[in-house]
Order: sequence, then C-alpha cells, then structure tokens
Amino acid sequence: MLAAALILTASAANAAPLSNEREAALLYLLRQDCGSCHGATMGGGLAPPLLPQSLAEAPDDALIAAILDGRPGTPMPPWRFEINPDEAAWMVRQLKGGLAE
Amino acid sequence: MTLATSPARLLLVLLCLVITTGAAGAEEVRGTGDLGIVIERTASAVQVIETTGRTSLGRIAGLGDLSHASAVFSRDGRYAFVFGRDGGLSKLDLLTRRLVKRVVQAGNSIGGAISQDGSLIAVSNYEPGGVRIFDAKTLAPVADIPAVYGSNGARSKVVGLVDAPGDRFVFSLYDAGEIWIADVSQPDKPAVTKFADVGQQPYDALITPDGRTYIAGLFGEDGLVMLDLWRPEAGVRRLLDGYGRGEEKLPVYKMPHLEGWARAGDRIFLPAVGRHELLVLDAATFTEIGRIPVHGQPVFAVARPDGRQVWVNFAHPLNDTVQIIDTQSLEIVHELQPGKAVMHLEFTPRGEQVWISVRDADRVDVYDTDSFARIGSIPADKPSGIFLTARANRIGL
Repeated sequence: MLAAALILTASAANAAPLSNEREAALLYLLRQDCGSCHGATMGGGLAPPLLPQSLAEAPDDALIAAILDGRPGTPMPPWRFEINPDEAAWMVRQLKGGLAE
Repeated sequence: MTLATSPARLLLVLLCLVITTGAAGAEEVRGTGDLGIVIERTASAVQVIETTGRTSLGRIAGLGDLSHASAVFSRDGRYAFVFGRDGGLSKLDLLTRRLVKRVVQAGNSIGGAISQDGSLIAVSNYEPGGVRIFDAKTLAPVADIPAVYGSNGARSKVVGLVDAPGDRFVFSLYDAGEIWIADVSQPDKPAVTKFADVGQQPYDALITPDGRTYIAGLFGEDGLVMLDLWRPEAGVRRLLDGYGRGEEKLPVYKMPHLEGWARAGDRIFLPAVGRHELLVLDAATFTEIGRIPVHGQPVFAVARPDGRQVWVNFAHPLNDTVQIIDTQSLEIVHELQPGKAVMHLEFTPRGEQVWISVRDADRVDVYDTDSFARIGSIPADKPSGIFLTARANRIGL
C-alpha cells in the first residue's frame, strides 16, 4: 500500500508538467463542473467539501483513484475518460494546497 | 412652408419631451411581470432582465457563492429571494435593483420556497441539515426544523423543498430517505409529519401545479416516490419501481433536476437518472408509457407552457446541446447547439420565447420557440439559473 503510494507519488512527480492551457482547463473544470456537487468554492454540497482541511488526512492515491474511477455507492462518477492519472495527481495537489480565490 | 414645418417642429418638441421624461424618470413607474433574474454563479451577482425588449436592466452584486443558486419571488413580483450555496439568503428589489437584505443562515444550502401567503421563506440546508424559516419582510428567523433522523442524532441534507397549499412546506431528507411535511399555520411552531423509508437518496422533488402531488426522484435506486397531499394518511407510493432493472447504469455527471418538470396534456416527461433517456409517464396513473432516447443524460426537461413541446438540456460533457421534443409524436423535432455548458432554460409565461444560459460562452440567449430562431442575446458572467417573476404565481415555484 505504502509502496504503491510511493510509486504513484514518484510517477506524479516525474510526470511531464502540464501545459498552462491544460492547467487552466482543469481548474475551470474543478470550479464549474466538480463545483456543481462540491460547491464552486469547494466548500461542499450534495458531495463532501474538497478544502485543504477536509482533505488533509486523505491519502493522495485514494483521492486520485476517486477522480479517475469514481466512488461506487456514491454519486461520484469516474473521470478517466477526460482526465489522465498525471492530471488527477495535479488536481489533488491543487485541492490540498487550496484553490486560489 | 409653415404647413410643412409645423408637424416637424411638433415632432421635435415631442421628441425632446420624451427624452427629458425618459432621463428624469430613471425609476419610472412600471410593473414587474416581464422581469426576471439571471444568476452569475461565480461572480456573486445576478442580472435583472426584462423579456419584452429582451435586455438587461442592471446587476446586483455581493451575493456570495451562487453555484447552484435558485430564487423565488414575492407575490407582488417585486422582490426576489435568492438562495446561495454558502447559506446566504438575499432579498433583492427588482425595481430599484438593490440588495434589500442578506443573511447567512447556514453553512451550506441548496434552495428554498415561499409560503402560500407569501409571508414566510423556507430554506433547505445541507449544513446543518434541515429547514430554516424566515419572515419574508425582514428575513428575521421564525423557526428551525433540524433534519434529525435515526437514533444517533444524525442530521440529513435536505432537498426538494416546495411550498404546498394549506400553509405547508414539503421536503426530502437525502441521507435519511424520508419525506417530511411541515405545517406552518403557526409559523413559529411548525407541525411536522414524517414519512420514513421512502427509498434511497431522494435527490430532488417536484410538486404538481395543482399542489396535490409531491414526487421525489431517487438516486440510490431506480424509481420515484409519490405522496398525495390531499390524502397524506395514505402514505407514500413507489413509481416506476426499478425502471432500469437489469441495465447497466451510467455514471452521472450532473444530477438531474425535477423542478421545471414537464407535464404536457396527459403525459409527464422526466429525466432518467444515469441514462440517455426521458421517461414518459401517464399523468393520471403515474405509470410508464415509454422512454425517449435523447442526446445525453437529461438535466432539465421543461415543458413549454402550452405543453406542446418539451425542451431538454444535458449533463457534462454533452452539455452543448438542447433537444426539443414534440409531445404528441414523442419525436425530437429540433436540436440546437447554443454553446458549451447549457445550464438552464426558462420560458416566458406564455411560452413564445425561451431563455437559455450558456455558461462557457458567458451568454444568455433568447430563442423564439416557434421558429427556433435566436432572437436575443445578453452577455453574462458564467450564467446558470434563470428565474422569471411569473413564478411568483405558481404553486411549488
């Protein structure tokens, strides 16, 4: 488990940086589309909040998996069709650091 | 010569008069029947619009987090009550275009309703889960109904809050799977009737325009649940139980909405959860008549006020399209691509035009519902919900 997390972190760290356009598109997706359930400021809604304090205890790999494959038994859908693992890892870093206002 | 100039002069004088009157009468006397608001979801603002000339009259800002914001109107059509995601409840004056009063009444909210007599505003909250009731005049708190369920004191998120005849509010508890009726004839002492185990995760609800039937959609299982408010003692009844049984359900990229649901003649049209389909029900028996395959997962399915057409928008990533269904033939008779992220649509009261918010294009477009021609467009900052004052006179809106 720990090894898997390390590998994931390492692969995320080694990944080629995302283009500015792609980062902007992912931030837009976070605020506008993830925001329809999690709130535009990530404060939560029908879905849980995604604020730094609410995610602090959650392992990155679990959050990345939730983005890519959804969370069965909840309304959270999989996003793998338009978000790749490196991009999901970048989104998790953004969320844990707090989205700029 | 004089004969020729006199009318011209007269016209000039009249023109001057018109201009002067127009300038002096910035707050000219007018009605509110053709007014409405457009939510600018990330700009903490709304635009006040009018549907006669199809223009924006101005903007009211400082309204907090308006993602998923909705609104109801005072019975005189002058004030809008806007329910923000951040628990903000704002009272706006559409005529002066000013924020009259704003209270932050909870941590996280989803919508609200106005009472039958217009005196109370109820807000459904996710955090803390429950319904809070306010004086419509002052926004002073009147009552608090915590959505406590089970034996350990847990509170449920509240969804699908509507007003109903007989001084009642009706709402659903998402986490608890319950429907509650709050009788507010004594506003500070709501009498609550609870219906437990109605189904898993009711996610939204509607009330029929006659105020008789409350229907909640279920997310946790395929089906809907119905409560006859004329005979609440008869309890809840399941509709379309297991309508997708045996079929693989698609992940849902945006929760469908039941408000603005479509009844056309003897048929009811509802978005199916996690399917590229509209469900068609018999309005008398609430049984399934059929399904209409559509472009994507429906979010809103709204009937034109005359019931002849149903307009449907769709969830991400197929959200650039609107389809129009003829309610007689059940055929898709037209398709529009207004732009990326069509969030909401609202008809004028008699249905000759429809206003469509196109979030990613930062526009609200107006279409003629007969020719499907675009007849107007207003720039707006990430527009979402559109609410016209005609709602002031409708049960459940």
